[in-house]
Amino acid sequence: MLQAAQPDPDAPLLDRLRSGDEHAFVILVKRYRPTMLRLAAGYVPNHAIAEEVVQDAWLGFLRGLSRFEERSSVRTWLFRILINRARTAGVRERRSTAISDMTAAVDAARFDSAGNWLAPPEPWTDLIDDRLTAEKMAEAVRVAMVDLPLRQREVVTLRDIEGLSSADVCGVLEISEANQRVLLHRGRSRLRQRLESEFGRA
Amino acid sequence: MRLRLPARHSLVCQQAVELVTDYLEGALSRADHRRFEKHLARCTGCTEYLAQIRATIAIAGRVTPDDLTEQMRGEFIDLYRRWQHEGDAEDRGQ
Repeated sequence: MLQAAQPDPDAPLLDRLRSGDEHAFVILVKRYRPTMLRLAAGYVPNHAIAEEVVQDAWLGFLRGLSRFEERSSVRTWLFRILINRARTAGVRERRSTAISDMTAAVDAARFDSAGNWLAPPEPWTDLIDDRLTAEKMAEAVRVAMVDLPLRQREVVTLRDIEGLSSADVCGVLEISEANQRVLLHRGRSRLRQRLESEFGRA
Repeated sequence: MRLRLPARHSLVCQQAVELVTDYLEGALSRADHRRFEKHLARCTGCTEYLAQIRATIAIAGRVTPDDLTEQMRGEFIDLYRRWQHEGDAEDRGQ
């Protein structure tokens, strides 16, 4: 898919931030704190430390404002600061999950020996039109995210929850496009499986 | 995870599901892209699978940010004020 360059929705806030507008800061915090917390949580042992990392990242963000030249979007830059801080603070970074987590998208037991479906996906996608069910699904995804290996969680959070382009995700996490696709593939596969298990009907 | 697909052979389902993300990302070679769509055209299971991955992405996009409590709002405003008092001269590295 083409990643069309879109105007940065946060750019107008920069001048306001620099000129001392507290409200502009609150808007930005509201927008990105939840995602930052989710990202930070992958690196540190508990929520309290994740909160600290996020606070620290915001301070780093403010301190860097005068230097920020808008070559990347505000959020890309912000998430990058966050990841750097979280990695520094992290006592349980699991680098090994980066490439080694190579499970299949779908359990091999669901295919016959020739590779054709024995147990095809149980339908559930029609349910997303129902607002309440869709909310339950979003909650299921939120829960399932926690169980994803760190790198997968990072990529899925940034791409599918936060809506960053693949180029931005690669920039934030400092990974290649190919690696990003692998992680995205694994992460989305698991989330799909979770949704199917919970909402699919044979 | 790159699959070595035998040239000219049609895909089986177990291979097709591994190509879904590359397909959606536009990262498949032209030949693989064609084979993938050819497979979909005659496979309801994989068509459903692709629809589910798309729906999963849509659902993930609905995961909403948690609201900021009044207390946290206050903390962040404090943080902002602290930064302002530091003055513009300070230019610390990240």
